[in-house]
Parts: sequence; structure tokens; C-alpha cells
Amino acid sequence: MKILVCISHVPDTTSKINFSDGDTKFDTNGVQFVINPNDEFGLTRAMWFKEKQGASVTVVNVGGPETEPTLRKALAIGADEAIRVNAEATDGFFVARQLAKIVKDGGYDLVIAGRESIDYNGGMVPGMLAALTGANFVNTCIGLEVENNEATATREIDGGKETVKCALPLIIGGQKGLVEESDLRIPNMRGIMMARQKKLTVLEPEEAQSQTTAVKFEKPAPKGEVKLVSPDNLDELISLLHNEAKVI
Amino acid sequence: MSILIYTESEGGKLKKTAFEVASYAKALAGQTGTTVTAVAVNADNTAELGKYGVDKVLKVSDEKLKGFNARAYADVIKQAAAQENAGIVIISSSANDKYLAPVLAINLEAGYAPNVVALPESTDPFRVKRTAFTNKAFNITEIRTDVKLIGLSKNSFGLKEANGAAAEETFAPALNDNDFAIGTESVDKTTGKVTIADAEIVVSGGRGLKGPENWGMIEELADVLGAATACSKPVSDMGWRPHGEHVGQTGKPVAANLYIAIGISGAIQHLAGINASKVKVVINTDPEAPFFKAADYGVVGDAFEVVPALIEKLKEFKAQNS
Ligand SMILES: Cc1cc2nc3c(=O)[nH]c(=O)nc-3n(C[C@H](O)[C@H](O)[C@H](O)COP(=O)(O)OP(=O)(O)OC[C@H]3O[C@@H](n4cnc5c(N)ncnc54)[C@H](O)[C@@H]3O)c2cc1C
Ligand SMILES: Nc1ncnc2c1ncn2[C@@H]1O[C@H](COP(=O)(O)O)[C@@H](O)[C@H]1O
Repeated sequence: MKILVCISHVPDTTSKINFSDGDTKFDTNGVQFVINPNDEFGLTRAMWFKEKQGASVTVVNVGGPETEPTLRKALAIGADEAIRVNAEATDGFFVARQLAKIVKDGGYDLVIAGRESIDYNGGMVPGMLAALTGANFVNTCIGLEVENNEATATREIDGGKETVKCALPLIIGGQKGLVEESDLRIPNMRGIMMARQKKLTVLEPEEAQSQTTAVKFEKPAPKGEVKLVSPDNLDELISLLHNEAKVI
Repeated sequence: MSILIYTESEGGKLKKTAFEVASYAKALAGQTGTTVTAVAVNADNTAELGKYGVDKVLKVSDEKLKGFNARAYADVIKQAAAQENAGIVIISSSANDKYLAPVLAINLEAGYAPNVVALPESTDPFRVKRTAFTNKAFNITEIRTDVKLIGLSKNSFGLKEANGAAAEETFAPALNDNDFAIGTESVDKTTGKVTIADAEIVVSGGRGLKGPENWGMIEELADVLGAATACSKPVSDMGWRPHGEHVGQTGKPVAANLYIAIGISGAIQHLAGINASKVKVVINTDPEAPFFKAADYGVVGDAFEVVPALIEKLKEFKAQNS
């Protein structure tokens, strides 16, 4: 089985978000970038398929040279090779178009992407990629098995979960649950050394137009002071929630 | 060019998001001088949509569409959009709508803006405001395609009555076998419990509650308020609560009217996921806990004393106000 894991390179979850150039650009100053958390769960699940079922694992990112350390980290965790499509990821559609070409050319059976990137929260790429390639698509995937070209996937639904079956090729939008938090791997020295030798192919992008542009950013309005209520005076809390906030 | 909305239903009943999407579409139709058509799948009673400004409802009834199926539903909406010559298609931000949206965007060759929180600030160029960086910021997105797809954030626009009446039409889209390539094996869903996605109020517990055996009072508080229960990430990682209850940047997003955080410190990743909630209450022993900076109301106190007392007071309040 050939697996492609799509890796989006995002600001660490603790990052303070700031903008530059008159609020038109995300300010990457002092921001640390990581593998998108949803993709890290997917990558770890891919390692399981590699170790238990002999799958090969390629990781891919559409982005500039600055994303290579993130791809190297994925190699250090255990992916076999990496591809970087050398282009700015202008929108989800543009990225999906680039990935569609990689998927077709590489003949991947299983594409593991994340439910969403935590930067733009688009939740676009895996579904668009499925629609562009005609592959099956399961979103909010929290469990995945593959046996004889057939996948059994568990998907989180409102208030529970659902198990579905379908043929490969399959694209998933994954999240925590694919593996547990405690299964995530921190690259060790050996992995880091080996990653340096692994193949990282840089491809030039396909011609494609993005459909949307982020033209400006805004930060939320600063929050007012919290109103403190004494634990001995909970009637006041109820009254505030009822009369002032009008939420109960 | 009309506006098409997809109005979600469950068990034949329209969801609240359907009326939110209708309210938003009506206001946008006012801005652009057009009409609003809704497409509803296996919804029994759609008359109420008129009250929120829908002019026409395309009613789809098909046994094959009984369970949600992203590709098939996207196909239905696409055909409705084509019939209505829709220039703008609006859906909600529910998990199912987010599942079908990118497929629909490709089918319609539409640029898609998810998590939209306000009416367009301009329609030419078409620019809408949406959340980004998991609610740490907003982003003005320009959609440049002819057809535009908007995913409206829950609880951001509200319900606005327009007092109209909607004409109803039967709509029978042509479904393709390919739409059903994914077969459902089993569904495991708790019934009779308010879900985080639908809840107006969410009661959430963190590591400060010490162990799963102490969740009785959280559930009781939720019960009294008609709320859903949720938890912080470590609580689900330790197996105290199911993963489906984990909220935050890497868990479920919460956009409730009221979010009550009990024994939760308010880490940046937690706040990011729940910040879209209108009113936030924190109960925590530590007055320095970061949650107090994000909350509207706070109680500095021990959850094991405050929560049981609050439950009693709320029961009295409910008894007087019903
Ligand atoms: C990549 C990444 C992603 C993450 N994503 C998420 C996410 O999506 N959601 C999330 O929640 N977290 C997330 N986290 C974890 C986050 O950083 C915090 O560790 C977590 O939110 C802390 O959970 P907590 O508030 O329950 O526990 P703690 O931080 O341990 O806080 C417990 C609180 O309870 C209070 N307390 C103790 N006893 C009592 C009592 N008797 N009564 C009242 N209060 C009491 C304490 O004062 C303290 O403030 C993420 C972390 C990382 C690294
Ligand atoms: N630039 C990118 N390169 C590779 N994969 C990406 C990129 N952007 C998004 N993805 C994948 O698509 C998923 C959803 O991202 P998004 O649509 O941006 O929310 C991510 O979790 C990744 O798996």
C-alpha cells in the first residue's frame, strides 16, 4: 500500500498571532512552526501501516523552502520520503490542485490529511482533493483499518461515531483518535540522523488559480474585565446570567 | 442570480442552523436585491423557513438520502444551485456541512469561505469576514469565482424573523451510484443527550475535578441547564471522559450562548476553541488562572463546594421561572 500523508506547516498552538504590513500579512516573527496537530495523528497512524502492513509512506507539503524542517521532522518520525511542491499555499483550492497531481502521478492508495489546519481552519484540502481525484472521502476520521484494498473507517459524528466501509483509493481528513495522544512520537537521534539521508524531492507547481485571497486580518476586540462573584453569593451569578447576560 | 441555502435537518426536523442560514441569506438578498431559495432533504415541515425570509423551498424526499452522505448531499445541492442559477450558496458550519462543503465547492467551481461571521463588507469585490487561527483572529476573505460558497459560523448572525411565506416545490435530483460508494456499517450515537454542536449551553470540566468519579455534579449541572457536557484535552487523554467531549483548538469547537468552565485553567489552546461562545463563566480555586482573563463572570472557589450549591440555587430558580 502506498500512503501519502499531507502535512501542513502551521504556527505552534501556543503562538501569539500578530499581523504586519498594515494587517495584511501573518507576522511569522518569533513564531515556531510545527506539523499541524491533525496531521501528526495521521502520520503516526501511517507509521502503524508501515510497520504492521509494510506500507510505504510519503509526506508532502505545498509551501516554500521554509517548510522543509517540518518535512524533515516527519521523515525523522519515520516517513520514507518527502515531496515539497515549491509554491506559496495561496488557498485550499490551489493546494488541492497541486496535491491532485501528486496523487495521480504517484498512484497512492491512501491519502491521509487532517480535518483542518489550525492556521486558516479551512477544512478544504482533503475534500477538494477527493472531489478532484474521484477518490472516496471520509472526514473527521478517528479510526482506520485497511484489509485487502478495503478500508473500514470510523468517523466522529455529532454525539457519537459512525463506522463506514469503502474501497481504496481513499482520502481521509483525520484527527485525534486515529491514534491516541500517548502514541505520538518524538523524533529520536537516530531518526533525525536518518532523516538527513532520506529523499526530499522539490517539484515545481502546476498552473492553477487560487479562488480566494486573505486580504486583511483583524484581532478580536479586547475583552472587558471579568465580573467576580463570591462563592457565597451564587444567587447573584444566576441573576447576572438571567438579567444581564440573558443566557438562562 | 438567486441565493441558495442548504437547510439541515435531522430526523425530519429542521435544525436551528437552518434558520440562522435563512436569516443571513435574507439579509444578504436584501443587500443584493435577489431572492432566497432553500433546499431541504427529507425535512417534514419546512413552512417555518418562510418566517426567516425564504421565498421558495425545494423539497427533496428520497429514502436513499436517509443517512447523511457527503458526496450525495453535495450532488443534491449542486443540482439545486444549477436549477436556480444561484450565484451565492450558503451552508452552516456543522460537522456535516463542513464535510460536504469542499466537495460542493469543486462541483460548483465555487470559491469557499468557511467560518463566516458577518454579512459581506462588500459584494464587488466579494469580501467576507471569517475566523482564522482558531478564533485568535479574523480574516477578510475575497472570493473571486463567479459562484460563491459561504459556510456560516454557528451563533454569529442570530435569528431574524422576516414574516414571509415560502412556496414549496418538489425537487427530485438525479442521484448517481458513485455517490454511494461509502457504505455505513454502524452508527453509535447517544440519544436523549444534548450534543456539543447543538447546545445553547455547555458545561465543561477540567483536570481540577481530580477524577472521573467526580463528574456526577457536572452532569447534574448540565441537566438542570439543559446543557451539553464537555471537557479539556487532558481529561479525555486520561480517559476520564470520551474523546468526543474534548473541546479546544485540537478538539471540537464550541460556539454556545453560555460556556461554563469548571476546574479548567484556560490554556491558550483551550480558549481558542471555545472563544466563539457568547458568555463565559469560570469556576476555579486559583484567581490567577488565565481563564479569568477570558471570562465574563468568575467565581474564585472550590468546585466541590460551588457546583453543588449552584445546582441547588439553579433548581430553585428554574422552579420559580417555569
Ligand atoms: C498541541 C496542543 C494542543 C492542545 N489542544 C488542546 C485543546 O484542544 N483543548 C484543551 O483543553 N487543551 C489543549 N491542549 C492542552 C492545554 O495546553 C492544557 O494543558 C489543558 O487545556 C489544561 O487542561 P485543564 O485546564 O483541564 O488542566 P490544568 O491546566 O491542570 O488546570 C486545572 C485547573 O483546575 C483548577 N482547580 C484545581 N482544583 C480545583 C477545585 N477543587 N475547584 C476548582 N478549580 C480547581 C486549578 O487551579 C487549575 O487552574 C493542547 C496542548 C497542546 C500542546
Ligand atoms: N500547504 C499544504 N501542503 C500539504 N498539505 C496541506 C497543505 N494545506 C493543507 N494540507 C492538508 O489538508 C488538511 C486540511 O487543511 P486545510 O484545508 O488547510 O484546513 C491539513 O491537515 C493537511 O493534511
